[in-house]
Amino acid sequence: MLFHRYRRGLFITSFLAAPVILYLVYVIAPYAQAFYIAMTDWRGVTATPRFIGLENFVRLFHDSVFWKAVTHNAALLVLLPLITIVIALFFAFLLNVGGPQGVTGIRGSKFYRVVFFFPQVLAVAVVAVLFQQVYRPDASGMLNGPLMALGLNPVGFLSDTDVAFWSVLAVMVWQAVGFYVVLFSAGLASIPKDMFEAAQIDGAGRVSLFFRITLPLLWDTVQVAWVYLGILALDVFAIVWVMTLQHGGPDRSTTVMAAEIYRNAFEHFRFGYASALGVVMFFFTVGFAILSLRLSRRERIEY
Amino acid sequence: MTTMISWTAATSRKIARAERRRRLGPLGLLTHLALLIWTLLVIIPILWTFLASVKSEDEIFGDAWSLPATLRWDNFARAWEQAHIGQYMLNSVIVVAFSTFGTMLIGSMAAYVLARYPFRGNRAVYLLFVSGLAFPVYLALTPLFFVVQNMGTIPVIGPFIGLNTHAGVVLVYIAYSMPFTIFFLSAFFRTLPTAVGEAAMVDGASHTRVFFQIMLPMAKPGIISITIFNILGQWNQYQLPLILLQERDKWVLTMGIADISTAAGYDQDWSALFAALTLAILPMLVVYTVFQRQIQSGLTSGALK
Repeated sequence: MLFHRYRRGLFITSFLAAPVILYLVYVIAPYAQAFYIAMTDWRGVTATPRFIGLENFVRLFHDSVFWKAVTHNAALLVLLPLITIVIALFFAFLLNVGGPQGVTGIRGSKFYRVVFFFPQVLAVAVVAVLFQQVYRPDASGMLNGPLMALGLNPVGFLSDTDVAFWSVLAVMVWQAVGFYVVLFSAGLASIPKDMFEAAQIDGAGRVSLFFRITLPLLWDTVQVAWVYLGILALDVFAIVWVMTLQHGGPDRSTTVMAAEIYRNAFEHFRFGYASALGVVMFFFTVGFAILSLRLSRRERIEY
Repeated sequence: MTTMISWTAATSRKIARAERRRRLGPLGLLTHLALLIWTLLVIIPILWTFLASVKSEDEIFGDAWSLPATLRWDNFARAWEQAHIGQYMLNSVIVVAFSTFGTMLIGSMAAYVLARYPFRGNRAVYLLFVSGLAFPVYLALTPLFFVVQNMGTIPVIGPFIGLNTHAGVVLVYIAYSMPFTIFFLSAFFRTLPTAVGEAAMVDGASHTRVFFQIMLPMAKPGIISITIFNILGQWNQYQLPLILLQERDKWVLTMGIADISTAAGYDQDWSALFAALTLAILPMLVVYTVFQRQIQSGLTSGALK
C-alpha cells in the first residue's frame, strides 16, 4: 500500500516537474519581476537599477503619448467587438437560417464559411504587410488605384492622421469576422430547428426570428466573443507596429499600449518606465476580464 | 383511404411552406449578394498580392490593377535567396516543430495529472497555470529578455538556450502555451471515462503506461484540436521572437516579412516583397484548404468549452 502511494506520488511529481519549472522560470518569474522593475529607474542594458518608488507611475500619468495609446485601446475595445459581432452575427444568421424556408442553411454556406475563415489562419504580421500595400497612398495602391481612376482624390489610409486609426480597425475586423461567423454557426447548429419552425408557424418574420430566437439563444456565445475580441483589442501590437508609419503613427495617431511598452523597452531601453506602463496595461486587462465576468452572469436559457 | 390522407397532408405541408416562403420574402438574392461582397473583400486583397508578385518593379509602381506584361518568376528566386525567405521559413518550421511537440507532450502530461489525480495543492497548481490566460505578455517582455539572456550564461547548456538560439525560443513558446493547453486538455480529460484506465491498473499497468497507451489515444480529438491551435499560434508568433532573436540568420518568417516592408529605403526590392508575401500566404492556403474542417473546429473549440 505504502509502495503504491509512493509510486503515485513519484508519478505525479515526474509528470508535473517539467511544465511547472518551465512555467515558473519563463512566465511567473518575469511577471513577478516586472512589478519590481516598474519601481526602478533602470535604463540601458548594463546600468544597475535604482529603486525610485512610484515615480514612474507619476510620470506616466503626465505622459500624453501613453494616454493617447490608452484612448486608442479603449476605442478599439468598444468598436472592434461591436462591429465584428454585428457583421458576424448577420452572416452566421444568413448562412444557417437564411435559406428559402427560413430554417435551413443557404446553398454554398460551407464555401462561404471556408472563405470567410481564411484570414484567421494568416499571421498578423503578414496581414499587416499585405494591407500596407493595399493602402498605398498613390495609384499603385489597391484601393487608391480605382479611386483615382474615377477622378477622386486618393485617401491617405495610413498617412492621414484622421484616417489611419480607422484603417487599423478595418484590418482587424477583416481578419476577425470569419472566426466569429464559424463560432456563431456552431452555436446556431446546436439550437433545435423546431424552435425556428415553431416561431415561423406563429408568424415570425426574418427580423423577429433573429431578435426573438437567434440572439437570445446565442447570447452565451456572443458574450464569449465579446471577451475574446476585448482581449484582442487590449493586446493589439503587430498590426500597428508593422503596418502603420513610424510604428504607431503618423504623429502617434494609431499607437497602442503594447507599442509604447515595446518602444520604451527595446528602442529607448527605459526598462523601468516600460514595466510601469506594462503594470498599468496589466490592470486594464485584468479589470476588463473581471468586469466582463461580472456582467455576463445572466439568466441562461436552457433548451 | 390512407393514401388520400397522406396526400392531403403532403399538400397542406407544401402549401404551408409556400406560405412561409412568401412571408419571408425574396431575400435569397440579397442574401447571396451580401455574402458575395464579403467573399470578395476577403479574396481580392490576397489575389491582388499574388498578381503583384509576378510584376516588375515599374508595373508595381504603376497602375495598381494593370496586368503584368511578362510573368516575373525571378521575383520569387530573389525573395527566397536574397531576402532569405527560404531561411526564415526553415527556421519557423524547426522552431514550431519542436515547440508544438514539446507543448503537447508536457502540456498533456500536466493536464492529465491535474485533471485526474487529487493531491494537496492540485487546485493551486491548476490556477497558477490558468491565471496566465489573463496576463498581457507585454508586461513580461523586459524581464523575459533578461531571463533568457541569463539562461545563456549557464555552463554547458547555456549557449544553446540563451538569446539568439532556437532552443531558447522553443522553451519560451512552450512555457507561454501552457495556460491554454492545460486549461483545455484538463477539461477534456475530465470528460473521459475512468473505468478503462482503472482496469489496466488492476492488470498491473503503471500510471505512466496508462497515460501513454490508454488515456492519450482516448483523448485524440482534444489533442488534435489543441495541436492545431498551438501550431498556428506559434507559427504566427511575432512579438516573442522579435525580442529574443536579434541575429538575422535566426529570424522566423513573420519577422522576415515584417522587416522587408519596414526597412524602407530607395533600394527596396518591392517585387520581391510581394513574392515573399505570396510565399508566406500560399502554404497556409494549401494547408488550410486540406485541413479546413479540423482547423476551424480546432480554433473555435477553445471558445465553446
